[in-house]
Amino acid sequence: MEPHEEKPIIYTMENKPIVTCAGDQALFTSLYNSLTQQLPREPMEWRRSYGRAPKMIHLEANFVQFKEELLPKEGNRALLTFPFLHIYWTDCCDTEVYKASVKEDIVRWQSLLRLHSTTDWLIVVVESDTKKKNKTNILPRTSIVDKIRNDFCNKQSDRCVILSDPLKDSSRSQESWSSFLTKLRTLLLMSFTKNLGRFEDDMRTLREKRTEPGWSFCDYFMVQEELAFVFEMLQQFEDALVQYDELDALFTQYVLNFGAGDGANWLCSFCQPLRSWNGLLLRRPIDMEKRELIQHGQASLLDLRSYLFSRQCTLLIFLLRPWEVTQRALELLHNCVQELRLLEVSVPPGALDCWVFLSCLEVLQRIEGCCDRAQLEANCSHTVGLWTYATEKLKSLGSLCGLVSENGPNSEDLNRTVDLLAGLGAERPETANSLQSPYKKLKEALSSVEAFEKHYLELSHAAMEMYRAIGRMRSARLVGKSLAEFYMRKGDPQRAEAFLQESLKSYLAEGWALPVAHTRKQIAECQKQLGQTDEYLQTSALLASDTHLTDMERKHFCQEILSFAGQTAEGHAQKVVLSMNAFAQLRQLQFRPATAVVHVGAALELELSLRSLMPVPVRLEQLAVSVHFSLEKGGARGRAGPGGGAGNRGRVGQGQGSPCGTVLFPGESPPGALPRSQPPALELYEIQDRSPSDGALNSAGVVCKNVHLLLRRQDSSASLDTPSSTAVAVEDGAQLLKTHDVSLLPGNNNILFTAPSREPGTYTLRQLCATVGRIQFVLPHIYPIVQYEVYSQEPQLSVEPLADNLLAGLPQRVKFIIVTGHYSIKRGDALQLSNSDAMPILSSSGCVARVLSSDSELVAETTLSMQSSEKVTSVSLPLAPPYHSVEFQLEVQCHIPAGPVRPESERLTNGEPWHRARSRQRTSSGMSVVDQKISIDCPWSIYSTLVALTFYIPFKAKHLLLSSGKRKYIQVCLQNVSDMNFHVSDQQLAERQQSSSLWLQSLNAKAKQLVHSKQSVFCLWEVKWTCEPPASLQCVFSINFCPADAQRSVFTPYYYEFQLDNVSTLYSLSADIQPAPGEQQCRTGTLCGLEVSIVRLAEPSDSEQQDEGPVETGGFCTTKLMYEVVDNSSNWAVCGKSSGIVSMPVAANATHKVRMEVMPLFAGHLPFPSIKVLKYLPHNAPSTIPPDTDGCVENDNISLLDKGLDDQADTSSIRSRGSVHSLGGGSEQQQRGLPMPRLEPFGPGQVFNRSQGCQVLVLPSKDDHVLEVNLT
Amino acid sequence: MMTMLGGEPFLLVSKQEQQNYPLYIRSVPSDSELKFHYTVHTSLDVVEEKVSAVGKVIVDQRELYLGLLYPTEDYKVYGYVTNSKVKFVIVVDSSNTSLRDNEIRSMFRKLHNSFTDVMCNPFYNPGDPIQSKVFDSMVSSMMVQTC
Repeated sequence: MEPHEEKPIIYTMENKPIVTCAGDQALFTSLYNSLTQQLPREPMEWRRSYGRAPKMIHLEANFVQFKEELLPKEGNRALLTFPFLHIYWTDCCDTEVYKASVKEDIVRWQSLLRLHSTTDWLIVVVESDTKKKNKTNILPRTSIVDKIRNDFCNKQSDRCVILSDPLKDSSRSQESWSSFLTKLRTLLLMSFTKNLGRFEDDMRTLREKRTEPGWSFCDYFMVQEELAFVFEMLQQFEDALVQYDELDALFTQYVLNFGAGDGANWLCSFCQPLRSWNGLLLRRPIDMEKRELIQHGQASLLDLRSYLFSRQCTLLIFLLRPWEVTQRALELLHNCVQELRLLEVSVPPGALDCWVFLSCLEVLQRIEGCCDRAQLEANCSHTVGLWTYATEKLKSLGSLCGLVSENGPNSEDLNRTVDLLAGLGAERPETANSLQSPYKKLKEALSSVEAFEKHYLELSHAAMEMYRAIGRMRSARLVGKSLAEFYMRKGDPQRAEAFLQESLKSYLAEGWALPVAHTRKQIAECQKQLGQTDEYLQTSALLASDTHLTDMERKHFCQEILSFAGQTAEGHAQKVVLSMNAFAQLRQLQFRPATAVVHVGAALELELSLRSLMPVPVRLEQLAVSVHFSLEKGGARGRAGPGGGAGNRGRVGQGQGSPCGTVLFPGESPPGALPRSQPPALELYEIQDRSPSDGALNSAGVVCKNVHLLLRRQDSSASLDTPSSTAVAVEDGAQLLKTHDVSLLPGNNNILFTAPSREPGTYTLRQLCATVGRIQFVLPHIYPIVQYEVYSQEPQLSVEPLADNLLAGLPQRVKFIIVTGHYSIKRGDALQLSNSDAMPILSSSGCVARVLSSDSELVAETTLSMQSSEKVTSVSLPLAPPYHSVEFQLEVQCHIPAGPVRPESERLTNGEPWHRARSRQRTSSGMSVVDQKISIDCPWSIYSTLVALTFYIPFKAKHLLLSSGKRKYIQVCLQNVSDMNFHVSDQQLAERQQSSSLWLQSLNAKAKQLVHSKQSVFCLWEVKWTCEPPASLQCVFSINFCPADAQRSVFTPYYYEFQLDNVSTLYSLSADIQPAPGEQQCRTGTLCGLEVSIVRLAEPSDSEQQDEGPVETGGFCTTKLMYEVVDNSSNWAVCGKSSGIVSMPVAANATHKVRMEVMPLFAGHLPFPSIKVLKYLPHNAPSTIPPDTDGCVENDNISLLDKGLDDQADTSSIRSRGSVHSLGGGSEQQQRGLPMPRLEPFGPGQVFNRSQGCQVLVLPSKDDHVLEVNLT
Repeated sequence: MMTMLGGEPFLLVSKQEQQNYPLYIRSVPSDSELKFHYTVHTSLDVVEEKVSAVGKVIVDQRELYLGLLYPTEDYKVYGYVTNSKVKFVIVVDSSNTSLRDNEIRSMFRKLHNSFTDVMCNPFYNPGDPIQSKVFDSMVSSMMVQTC
């Protein structure tokens, strides 16, 4: 779609460069059509001066008959009418004719041209065959052309061309046409270049004179516009536009200079007061009226600007750049307004608004006229500025003319309207038929209130929709806001509010405090008019707290709230519920005690720090915190220690709950003041996924628990702050924390609450509600979650030893602690302690019970009364309220069990068998312990409480049977294993079964002795008897002890029972070492003789008979003994047999001697090698006494236990050495496998070694110059 | 984003990419401050439009100056956006003809430098309103120059 095809519609001044035609007019006429058609067919390159880029242009021409008047006179610079080329047409082929008339004609034509110094001419000689045929006798055809060239074109032979047979359709004629046209175009372009160049030079010269006093912009304007016209004529719209832009810039610069104080004279004509403001006119290609005004220097600034813009607009549309028109239009309009101000042109009020309004619409309509709908919609962004501008201007016109007020225009307004309409003048003929013309629109809009509203709304909505369509939401909202202001003035707050709310949302979302405050004020006005009391109050609260408003304003809005609050409610008693955010902020919560865990009924205080945002003090009738109560946890919990409580409260405040019981609330900035607070902090938690079967870690990760907050869309989060969108609901919490009559001063206030704690459970603070008269300010959610716990506790009794270790045998103090929990101890309540023989409770009179409160403060002290009956000791308790503790101490004494523990004695006092041993063998401290249990009946429970106490036995006793030949001694070692020192006295040893034949003679000191901690005391008795002593002797050792530091020495007995078996000596061993024969002394390395003699001392007894199974051989009763010489200290080397079996006759004084050789390995006094004698039982021995096998084994066990540690070590060594010998296992083996002989050791007193401790002197050998040193 | 109103009024705002909340606003005649706030807020539409257009057509990515955002009858609004999408807006009185494109451009560059200094302050929390005295005085001096 070429621009010039559209041309006829709008472009009335059809200009083409003029080419004159002289000569044969008939000839020309015949060729005219072909010529005009063919000339523009091919483009020509136009090379241009001043370095401008060459262009391809299609040339067209307006061929006119040559007249002398057409030639421009000197000084006439009109370019449009300038003939660029003169052509002389002739088809003369006759020399005679040529000479007769044509030549003369050409001469005349040439002289005329020369007169006007025009050199752009061309002579065309048309040849045709038809003509030639008529005159065959004529001269060769070239002659005429030659003649003409000769006559006129000296050196310019190209100024004469031949056109052959132009009307024929032959190749020759086409060729001829083509070359002719090329020539014609070339010459035309040459003429353009030359003439335009000359023109431009002149124009520049004129421009340079602009500083001269007489210079006129209007004149210059006309000159440069001429150039623009030519370019336009040549369809070089770009170049044409450049001319206008240059003019525009020049003018603008003059105006700016004027503003800077450099006024040009000619500008004065533009400073005249504005009389006409009829807007742009873009429907004509050239507004001749305005052009004439400019030409005559009568144009106003707006005339000039309008004309200039209309030309630019025309050219831009030719250039298919309609969107540049809109952009330039907006700039132009803004610029004009500025320029009028700058030039201080007096403008009637509203006149400029009219002009701008009309111009905007004119531009828009012009653009609509040349674009289709789709194009328009796609380019809203270019037109929307104009729409908005028009809307603004119409609005201000409306207010100026009193069309916006509720009452309509007054007479003054009407006068002003009439004046404004007068300035519009009559409607231009171009738009007279258009119903929607800007002129008609403005007239109609200003005619009545209703019409104005219609037009204004139309424009506003159009602008808003366009803004929305291109995503300029903020701009759309601003238009909306302006519309809201209009509605407000029209008294239609309902509609206004919707727009305002939308704008407010956007400002809030983006944190623009000032617009927020301003918009809120407008909203408040709306709401007040609409009677939306709740909303109005809420907005007022927000405004009252907005620091961007003046104090006056804030107080006003605060007063609005307070005065409403003060009204007595008529009809509806419903309170008005408002969000607290705007009113006050919860800053901090503090629990006292800090753990926020209390028992039922305890006092828990809650201090609330509330920051009032109101500008004045506000008296609250009531401030309440509603509390949600749940049984979760709290109730089931036992005593919540401070540590446990704090740990549990980890969730309170999500990390903000400090150990001091303070919960801080995130400091939300006050509404209005940059409410875009930081996004909520990430709440990250660790997660571990474990496989259900074996608990192995499958995966670990981190989860964000408040994703829903963080990933919330920005837009929707903005609504959080808008009060009206979230209806604030008051929860009906059954539990309330309340205070009355609080005066809330501006700034921080601390308010104290007492939290209810009647029921055990978890209390969650949910809402905060402040009541001011009829208004309730509610904080709907307290976040982070704040909780406190109330627990209920069962009464508990615990018994603790006062010292680290309780010692058995001594009175020990034990502390009883009763935690009352929910139970209150009433008069007559008593603890019933079951008495036990092993551990009596010593009733002491001065026993004091202390009653302590839950925070360990002493409440009361009373003396306990105790009553003991046979089975039960009853301790009457002092009165104590719930959640207190009662402490008292009792003295108990645990009797030390005597002797080795026997299973049958393991009985509880009440006859219950004990499931575990009462005394354990040893503890780490080496003390034996006794567990004692007391059964206590408490008044609050039907069940008995069992309390276990562990007592440590301070002593340990050991006994030892000592022999000296046949004489026997019993040594008892009493070891003090406790940390205390004791006095001991009255040590006694007695036989269980008193027999007259045996008595024990004490060899001990009578006086009491001091046994220090970890020390021992030894006692010794000689056993004397008249007749043979029994095989087994049961003894009881007793000693009295009392603590060394006791003031009153009350001695307590300590018993130790033990049993001795095989007391009497059976054999006496003696050894003798003799030096080698011939030697006086034993020497190292030489063999010495060792003689061991075994002598039977006692007659065989009954027990022995059974035990050893002596063998009757040859009338003698013999028993077999095994001896063994072992030297453990490697002093001796036993040579030859070191052990052997001897047969001993079972008779007194039977002797057996054994000799062997030993070699001393060292020199010095060497102890004798040790000699051992063991019973040798033949393989058939056990089978002879099968029924006794078990008993024998058991006896062995017991005896081993009784013998104490040292003996045990011995027996074990024997066991390990003699693999043949075994106890229980051995007999089994024997019964199963081959019958094997057995070895059995003698009891400790049965064999007496006379040579024990004997030494023999060994001299070093003679050749001891070899000294062997062994270092190990 | 950052805004400043030039000519007599001068105002500065700073904004993050998504959240167009003001970091700094300054205007010289405080009586018409509200109007400037509205103007600057509305100009964000155009800033966003231009920034997203830059994203589509890869022009010179280093060009941070957005040029004249839009003219109004009384003010000219210029925009500038940093690489981290902090927006600067300068609003200049239309009648102030001494401020051409180049002057505005250099003003933005100065602003940007100063803003970078603010950001370098380890005690400044990005996103907080700017309260730096140095920045303040720089803006003041710039406003004085243009008056």
